[in-house]
Amino acid sequence: MAAQTPQGGVLAPPPGRAPEPAATLPAALPSGRFSGPLGRLRTAARTPPGRLRTAGAVLVALVLLFGTVAAWQSADRAAAARRLASRSEPLSQDAAELYRSLADADATAAAGFLMASAEPPELRKRYQDDLETAARLIPQAAARSGASTEAQRRLADLSRQLPRYAGLVETARAINREGLPLGGAYLRYASDFMQQTVLPNAQRLADTEAAALDGDYDAAAAVPWAALALGASALAALGRYQVVLFRRTNRVFNPGLLAASAAVLAALVWTAGGTVAAGTGLHQARTQGIDPLRALNRVRVEAMQAHTAEILNLVSRGATEAYDGRWDALAKSLTAPAGGPGSVAGLSAAAPGRAGAQLADARQWFEEWQRRHADAAKLDEAGDYEGTLRKTLAPGRDDTAEAAFNAAGQRWERAGQAEQTAFEAAAGGVDGGLTVQAVAAALLAALAVGGTARGIGRRLAEYR
Amino acid sequence: MRRARTGTLLAAAALLAGLLGTGGSAAGAGGAPAVGPAGAPRNAVAAAEAVGAENCDTGASLPPGERVGAKIQEIRKRGYLVVGVDQSAYNWGYRDSQTGKIQGFDIDLARAVAKSVLGDGNKVVLKTVATADRVKLLQQQPQPIDLIARAMTITCERLEQIAFSAPYFRVSQRVVAPKAAHAGSVAQALGGKRVCAALNSSSHGELKANPHGAASVVTPDNQLDCLVLMELGEADATLSDSSLAAAMVAQDQTMELAGEPFLPTYMGVGMNKNDTDLIAWVNQVLAEWRTGGGWQASYDTWLRPGMGDPGPYRPW
Repeated sequence: MAAQTPQGGVLAPPPGRAPEPAATLPAALPSGRFSGPLGRLRTAARTPPGRLRTAGAVLVALVLLFGTVAAWQSADRAAAARRLASRSEPLSQDAAELYRSLADADATAAAGFLMASAEPPELRKRYQDDLETAARLIPQAAARSGASTEAQRRLADLSRQLPRYAGLVETARAINREGLPLGGAYLRYASDFMQQTVLPNAQRLADTEAAALDGDYDAAAAVPWAALALGASALAALGRYQVVLFRRTNRVFNPGLLAASAAVLAALVWTAGGTVAAGTGLHQARTQGIDPLRALNRVRVEAMQAHTAEILNLVSRGATEAYDGRWDALAKSLTAPAGGPGSVAGLSAAAPGRAGAQLADARQWFEEWQRRHADAAKLDEAGDYEGTLRKTLAPGRDDTAEAAFNAAGQRWERAGQAEQTAFEAAAGGVDGGLTVQAVAAALLAALAVGGTARGIGRRLAEYR
Repeated sequence: MRRARTGTLLAAAALLAGLLGTGGSAAGAGGAPAVGPAGAPRNAVAAAEAVGAENCDTGASLPPGERVGAKIQEIRKRGYLVVGVDQSAYNWGYRDSQTGKIQGFDIDLARAVAKSVLGDGNKVVLKTVATADRVKLLQQQPQPIDLIARAMTITCERLEQIAFSAPYFRVSQRVVAPKAAHAGSVAQALGGKRVCAALNSSSHGELKANPHGAASVVTPDNQLDCLVLMELGEADATLSDSSLAAAMVAQDQTMELAGEPFLPTYMGVGMNKNDTDLIAWVNQVLAEWRTGGGWQASYDTWLRPGMGDPGPYRPW
């Protein structure tokens, strides 16, 4: 077959004809500024129906963009508000509670050691409750903390350190029961471990959780500027085009575009109103819950540390001035006038109504504690160790410094519960409102896209 | 499996806590006075007659006497005697875990002084002091304590800073090590080991002068902390006065006094150099304590069960 067509035949076109099919291709580039499909589009856009199509596309794109951004920003803030209410705020509280439990366990173990054989069972139980609280909070926080590697690392450290601390204290107790001073040495070791390793770790965990809470709060309370700006632009563009159409066609109303404008306006108002509502709720959550709780946590931690210093000072029997110094520093900040960080007086100023009564009560007990401590310190100064011990902590007596500290602590705890309730009430509905707002923005934007398409389609139909 | 894991965790955290402790101690050691001449020649001295065979006489103090000077007046005006003691030296000065009260051989001595000066053995405030702080507290002005009865050995170096009473006990350096280590001598017990001694104790001074081949030295505040560190696997052996070494072994049956005693010294009551009236007074109390059978009675109560015949420990 190939031999019969030596000069080319059907399979091999003659050399001179090769460019011919290329000439018929539309992609004969570039013969002018607007050639090709783009050129055709531009040429078509100059015709009245073309202009209509272009305007419609621009409007639809603007409305779609607004809807997407508004829905996305609202959903984002709803998620942040949900995290705030269900995760970061409870985690922050848990971290504070964890710190208190650990510090209290340390003070209680030391107190039990001081009371020797007179240690009441309640004190033993309190120590065990503290450890159980810590042991419950650590895995709970780890399950909630999600992806925060910093918090997870701290929690992993704490879950390793807690059984070690408990082991040291139990060793101290067992040896102590045999009447050997080695028990006291173990207790000292355990307390140093708690003070220098475990508690700083718990403090950093609390700091991490507090920072996460602030982050969630800021994300939830952020004003959706992009959505608001896009909404306003979409609304302005729709209005402007309706004016243009009116001038061109003398028809006052375009029902489709009018409906689209109404939908965009509704979505815009909803987004703006929802932002204000959520902001109010969040602001209340902050002023009634987050801020007073934070101030309260700080005071409770400082009071706990002061109490621990008070007890350890007795355990050390004057071997070091360090605990006295620590007490003085903490008492100074606790008794500072309202406004100072960690001041007891500042608590009632920041507290919402229901917690106020408890805080006022707690403050009186706090002052009573300070008075009793001062009395005990006077006895210590005079060299009366037994008297100092009796004034500071004695099983079954309610006129000791420890009894007053416990009374203040209980009232602070109740005040904290009231503030937590206030926080939950204020922050609880915020995420729901923002979720509805996100869905509404999406639906209204879809409606507006439909309206725009219909309005432009009606005008286009007049050219057929 | 679980036990083993807990053990590992315990050991790991113990190491961490120990590091923290050592860090603090190191800062303290920086301020410690320099140690005297090298210990090597002293090790050769073992005979009782050679006690205090340094460049000074560790057995000498002011003659006994009851003279009311400024210090005695101050104590009587105050109404109680402030004594620096230990609360964790078993049978010497330790806290009874049942009553919470501090008691022991040294406490008996402190009460004897209070009874003599103030007429009442209970008019005494017992302040626990860390081993490392003893000299510093006696030199401070105002003086937070009147005297120290806390198993304190008399050394020439300390004699330059503070005053001592006449000796009331004779001790030497001993090594405490786990029985499982099977150390037959001091060199074996300390060589290549992590050795513990209380910060600024005479044993610490000895280790600085002559490490005995120790791989490292840890110095907690208190000699009993050394037993905790050994039990937690953070130290292998402890160097201490024989008095406190015996107290450690009495609290842990798996430990023993390893190798031979060396470097015999005296124990005395530490006081400020300027309180000459108190020094003489305490020496008077000690003389009466010895002749009146008080020393013997306290020895029998606290120390005989663990240390046996008092012969080697009497400084006279």
